[in-house]
Amino acid sequence: MTTAIRTEGLGKSYLLRHEQPEPYATLRDELANAARGLGRRLLNPLARLDLQSTKEVFWALRNINLEVKEGARVGIIGRNGAGKSTLLKILSRITAPTTGRVMMTGRVGSLLEVGTGFHPELTGKENIFLNGAILGMSRVEIQRKYDDIVAFAEIENFLDTPVKRYSSGMYVRLAFAVSAHLEPDILIVDEVLAVGDVSFQEKCLGRMTEISNSGRTVLFVSHNMSAIRQLCTSALHISAGEMISYSNDVDGVIQGYLSKNTNRVASAWERGGLEHANPYFSPKRFYVASCEGQPLEMPIRADQEAYVTIEAQVEQYNQNLTIGYALYTQEGACLYWSYNTDAGDGTLVRLKPGSHVLRCRIPPRLLNEGVYQLELIGGLHFTEWLFEPHRQVPTITIEVQGRNSDSVYWINKRPTLLAPVLPWTDDAGKSKSTD
Amino acid sequence: MQAKPTLIIEAGRTERHYWRDLWQYRELFYFLAWRDILVRYKQTAIGVLWALIRPLLTMVVFTIVFGRLAELPSEGVPYPILVCAAMLPWQFFASAFAEVGNSLVGNANLLSKTYFPRLLVPASTMIVAFVDFLISLVILVALMAWYGLFPGWRVLAFPFFVLVAAAAALGTGLWIAALNVKYRDFRYVIPFVVQIGLFISPVGFSSSVVPEQWRLLYSVNPMVGVIDGFRWSLLGNGIRLYLPGFALSMVLVVLLLMSGLAYFRRTERTFADVI
Repeated sequence: MTTAIRTEGLGKSYLLRHEQPEPYATLRDELANAARGLGRRLLNPLARLDLQSTKEVFWALRNINLEVKEGARVGIIGRNGAGKSTLLKILSRITAPTTGRVMMTGRVGSLLEVGTGFHPELTGKENIFLNGAILGMSRVEIQRKYDDIVAFAEIENFLDTPVKRYSSGMYVRLAFAVSAHLEPDILIVDEVLAVGDVSFQEKCLGRMTEISNSGRTVLFVSHNMSAIRQLCTSALHISAGEMISYSNDVDGVIQGYLSKNTNRVASAWERGGLEHANPYFSPKRFYVASCEGQPLEMPIRADQEAYVTIEAQVEQYNQNLTIGYALYTQEGACLYWSYNTDAGDGTLVRLKPGSHVLRCRIPPRLLNEGVYQLELIGGLHFTEWLFEPHRQVPTITIEVQGRNSDSVYWINKRPTLLAPVLPWTDDAGKSKSTD
Repeated sequence: MQAKPTLIIEAGRTERHYWRDLWQYRELFYFLAWRDILVRYKQTAIGVLWALIRPLLTMVVFTIVFGRLAELPSEGVPYPILVCAAMLPWQFFASAFAEVGNSLVGNANLLSKTYFPRLLVPASTMIVAFVDFLISLVILVALMAWYGLFPGWRVLAFPFFVLVAAAAALGTGLWIAALNVKYRDFRYVIPFVVQIGLFISPVGFSSSVVPEQWRLLYSVNPMVGVIDGFRWSLLGNGIRLYLPGFALSMVLVVLLLMSGLAYFRRTERTFADVI
């Protein structure tokens, strides 16, 4: 396959002016600075002009060497301010690089914003043509796609209404509809995927998948890791303007990014001194482990086998002992409690004196993406709490990230507490039997 | 299948195919001009009549002040026509200059989110002023018909002077537009230039009232050449062109346009960074 994009030593620097907070200068300031500089020079002709003290070079992007094959779909990830947008802007020719060069083969189209150039006074129809032209479509091309755009945006009845009278939902739908019909050889997209209400978001993502599968080269910036996983064939991780990794192993790059960025929260608890020590149940370690018992690195994937693990010592047997954990969302909502005694049948594990490693499997694809807190709870049933919820009990934090579903219809994080994948059937053929 | 175009972006190098690019984006040029024309008179009650009313009223006032009260010479043509033939190019220049000067800042969002040859923005705003100019030409035609004054063969040169007026507006406008991106001071320069320019250009009077020894210096204002040219081409044989001054004005217009373009092209790569 041929190369669609190649960059060599690409870099972009900005001059930061410390004395001026506003991005644009005023002539007065420039003149005043010049006069000040001149004055200093006259007073002290031997001193070097200290221009460097007021200006600082900031490298937004440095030494980017990329090679993107035709038809590749590259997801670009990194924190805010890492230089992702700067890279896209250089590739879209909006801003010029300070160093290096770029070679691109094919027609380039970029979507850095939805609805660029929309004019509130113009009608929906007029804006379709204007926006299309701004995105680089020809008049003939827009005319050809016009009906599709209108249908996609679901605004048939408002085509002759100025967009300033549109609801924000209609506005965004129209804007995205025009963007979604841009079909260049190389498409550059900056986090404009998820707009509008939930059903429209699904539509947007569906359209993105369609575009991705049509053999175009796509560069795609997003903070949505599942979208990157679903849509991209390779991933680029940028941090502080530099390439950290670029590979076809999308999962690997994402893991690298996430592990760097998760705030170091305790995903394992270990007893330091004598706290929580009691004869019935003295916890030593509390963590989430793999099937084989290895403590897991955070974040874990939603479909990963994960076991809440409690290592403890029992001195004195008590048949009323119940041990378990409470699971909270980051916002503090308690999702559930689980005790070792819950099953209630013969499988009950009696905690005799000695060492124990209690394990409880977290059902895969139950938790949504996000951060959760686990508290070790338990006590002597109907007698006393040994580990009362919210009372400074051993606590760990886990993070679930990605792989909520294999379905292309489920790419975005859902706005729900849980995100189970449940089985569905169509019983139309069996309906007689239920009469 | 068509061979795919190859694009090379290199640091510190201006676009190689600038003019070809400009041509390729001509549709966007039409659309931007079309947008500005559409938007201009949206939600106005009398719409396009504004293009007639403004020059008409100015003309009436100037005729009274300069023709009646100051009793300045009228070069053998009715005073309203003398004023009108100057008012039209002046208003064309003034509005084109002002709109070009503000065009980049006014389209900041476009510049920072999409690519196209930046020259399209100021160039397309010229069209709005030009359309207004064409509409207001109706006044002049009506006036000349009313007074029974018909232009001779010199009217053939008229399009040339329109072009010069456009070049003067674009040249100065490009300077201001590019400077305005970095130094917002220049947005205050625009109304100032327009206001002062109206009085130092020979709009309300004939440039022959300027004493002979000062006329060359007077022609440093390029609009002097443009306005004289308009009168010369439209108002019949009574008008003589002061050639040295006219030549100077033309040279200055060319210089303004070239330097304006050069400055614009030199700075346009950084527009998105500083706007």
